[in-house]
Amino acid sequence: MTETLVLLDPGVETVPPSAVKPVLRTEELSAWFGETRAVRDVTLQMPEHEVTAIIGPSGCGKSTLLRCLNRMHETVVGARVDGHVIYHDQDIYSGDVDPIALRRHIGMVFQRPTPFPTMSIRDNVAAGLRVQSRPRPGRAEVDEIVERALRQAALWDEVKDRLGTSAINLSGGQQQRLCIARALATSPDVLLLDEPTASLDPLSTQKVEELVYELRQSMTVVIVTHNMQQAARVSDRTVFMLAGEMVETAPTRVMFTTPSDPRTEAYITGRFG
Amino acid sequence: MSSSVFATSAARPHLPRLTRRKGMSVVMIALTCLAAAIAVVPLLVILGYLLKQGASALSLDFFTRMPAPVGEAGGGMANAIVGTLILIGIACAVGLPVGIGAGLYLAEQKGAKLAELVRFLADVLNGLPSIVMGIFAWQFLVRPVGHFSAIAGGVAIGAMMIPLVTRTTEEMVRTVPQSLREAALALGYPRWRTSLQIVLRTALGGIVTGVLVAVARVAGETAPLLFTAFGNQFWSTDLSQPIAALPLQIFTYAISPYDDWHAQAWAGSLVLIALVLIISLIARFATRARHGRAHD
Repeated sequence: MTETLVLLDPGVETVPPSAVKPVLRTEELSAWFGETRAVRDVTLQMPEHEVTAIIGPSGCGKSTLLRCLNRMHETVVGARVDGHVIYHDQDIYSGDVDPIALRRHIGMVFQRPTPFPTMSIRDNVAAGLRVQSRPRPGRAEVDEIVERALRQAALWDEVKDRLGTSAINLSGGQQQRLCIARALATSPDVLLLDEPTASLDPLSTQKVEELVYELRQSMTVVIVTHNMQQAARVSDRTVFMLAGEMVETAPTRVMFTTPSDPRTEAYITGRFG
Repeated sequence: MSSSVFATSAARPHLPRLTRRKGMSVVMIALTCLAAAIAVVPLLVILGYLLKQGASALSLDFFTRMPAPVGEAGGGMANAIVGTLILIGIACAVGLPVGIGAGLYLAEQKGAKLAELVRFLADVLNGLPSIVMGIFAWQFLVRPVGHFSAIAGGVAIGAMMIPLVTRTTEEMVRTVPQSLREAALALGYPRWRTSLQIVLRTALGGIVTGVLVAVARVAGETAPLLFTAFGNQFWSTDLSQPIAALPLQIFTYAISPYDDWHAQAWAGSLVLIALVLIISLIARFATRARHGRAHD
């Protein structure tokens, strides 16, 4: 398995991560479902314009950790969070932060494509714009934003002639790129991706990975994946989680060549998970 | 199919048992066919009899003319047909906002204690005899005003629609995948906008079907109209006045001693059934269109 790892050259020379200011960081973060603690005391930094990958076996809490970062975790009945998530020097779990406003800055794409079935392709991409608090963009401006977002998501050429048709007629891979375009349309500061290629074919996966790789120029990305090659290909930093705990975090190259924790080594060499 | 595969590959001792199973299968299939036939026959008999009795009195006049005075031949039920449509309109105005709102609440607040209570009460309301609903409307909408009215009749049957619409809305809203709600929330939609603009819109096709079924169900109600809408032999579209309705007109004509009124009652029944049938067909068509569109 590990022999087939392909490490893309990040292009940018490896900057020591501590030198980059974190946009998002967690402090002693724990997440609960009722009595079950899914995430345990995770302290983590996500530097600006970097792609952070969270890897680990199924059920290790990586999706839950991700969902704490835009306060989606608490939308589940019985779920709660301890600790802090600091976004641009502000604790998003302090009383005066409106989770709805927060989610407009921290976008999210889920494991399975979720186009709104009643909306056209165009309206799907523009859906987030409809709930922006700032003055709503006019029709021409919306069209511009929709085109930009679809181009970014590498979907424009495939759908430009049928923007008015229903989004559910697209293929699975196209639907997922549509959801990414929808998340990008509102120009979020941070993009959270929860196993975005889990239900995609290899070609669509490649397109999404290329997109993630490019997105770092304009935003901070956190991607959950249980595909280690994917983490190696797209990320600058990798976080390894096991049973709700963060075992190790390091620059991706370091993580995949010289992991410091024996459990990390066992996982990435395929001895379990 | 699988039994034939079994027969060819199995050893001999199994064969007698297989024959017995096949025989049993034939018997059971015949019994279920018989049960299905018994269920359908009464409907066909009623429809056939209605056609035989009602068609002779049915003419263009029936739809365009007013009821004729006693002793005069001809006449129609134009006022009753329009009256029924008006009553359905009022019933929808009362029943749909409440029913759809309550259904949305039940589906979106699954765990809430109050939701359990509301669901239980909706079921009780559904089982309430329709005449009780009529008395209720009479007490609060007829007695204080001092006279019967279309409003009172519409409210009575609208209240009957509420539990039906509530439960179908709940069912339909529940079929909307949770992932769609999360997608909207993650985009920064507040909960109320998620429910109204994403969830309700997605479930709308199914809800429309449920509403049409409810309309078809209450369109033929007579008991709740007896002392609310009351009926009217004259042309009236005034909502504050008594109004004619097909079921009431049928009732009045059927218990009268005149033969031509009996024929008119049959014709009225036929029109009422046709109305309900058309609404049901629209409902079916709407459901099919919905399933064709949203396969996800």
